[in-house]
Amino acid sequence: MTVAMHMSDGLVNAPTSLAFGLLAVLVLAVAVSRARADLDDRTAPMAGLVTAFVFAVQMINFPILPGASGHLLGGALVAILVGPWVGSLCIAIVLVVQSILFADGGLTALGLNVTNMAIVGVFTGYLVARALRGLARRGRGGLVAVAFVAAFANTVVASLAFVVEYAVGGAGGAGLATVFALMVGLHALIGIGEGLITAATVGAVAGTRPDLIYLLRQPARGRAVTGSAS
Amino acid sequence: MTTSTRFYVGFLVVALLVAGGLSSFASSAPDGLDTVALNGCQTVQTAGGEELTGECIARNATDHVTAGSPLADYSLFGGDGTVGAAGIIGVLVTLVVAGGLFWLLRRRGART
Repeated sequence: MTVAMHMSDGLVNAPTSLAFGLLAVLVLAVAVSRARADLDDRTAPMAGLVTAFVFAVQMINFPILPGASGHLLGGALVAILVGPWVGSLCIAIVLVVQSILFADGGLTALGLNVTNMAIVGVFTGYLVARALRGLARRGRGGLVAVAFVAAFANTVVASLAFVVEYAVGGAGGAGLATVFALMVGLHALIGIGEGLITAATVGAVAGTRPDLIYLLRQPARGRAVTGSAS
Repeated sequence: MTTSTRFYVGFLVVALLVAGGLSSFASSAPDGLDTVALNGCQTVQTAGGEELTGECIARNATDHVTAGSPLADYSLFGGDGTVGAAGIIGVLVTLVVAGGLFWLLRRRGART
């Protein structure tokens, strides 16, 4: 076996991989246009560093059970720090670099991996964090708690996205009920690690530069203002 | 250095330490998805390397197109003990690609 953290080629059939590839391209195209409003001279370098940080931390597999490990996906982390549109681009870039340079995550599975981690994971983390942003604004303890919960949710829901893809076009080898139970069970454990890493990272940024945290710049009520191009 | 520069440099140093140092201590056990994909199979050693026997999702996995990349499997040319070096290269490449894209996309002369 080789070191692999993401879906390889061949686990899901070609038409399904292609369909999710197209979906990923469409969503990322929207993300590019929406991300502009969230990027300026101060947040653009932050987003670049957050991307590099996610690449680094994804390398750290932590044990969850005998013979099984987990690693950060990073959806809630990027959503809280740089927002969902920029954040989805961060995770997508990590996945592209990993797939092309490090042979981790199949090239034909890239659309599936982007869908699960860069889209489903990031937006799940964002929606949970946004729903709880009243708590996040109450101080560092609140923010850290919100980061943990959002990260736990992004991990479990991203794992469900794989189950959906497998249900639609899985190449076989295991029953759907088994895949569902194992994916959710393992990722509930991984989600605890994801929550701890996300909480520690967001807490550290909040301790030094809270102004760089996207979630804290959003208004307390009503629709989140993503800014308007000027 | 301004506070921003100090913060950004500190963030990068942490990423480099994680990828360059901590990565050597990472678990080598299969991750969540791999554990599910391998469920039902056994890994056996054969003359041609490791092979999977039994019924599992991973039996369908095909070789990676870029398996011949010098950085494949988070190593330098497959060398032992090179995960840290590969990680540092990965952090820098990711920073240049992402930082470059986000810098190009940013609003110019934006209010801060």
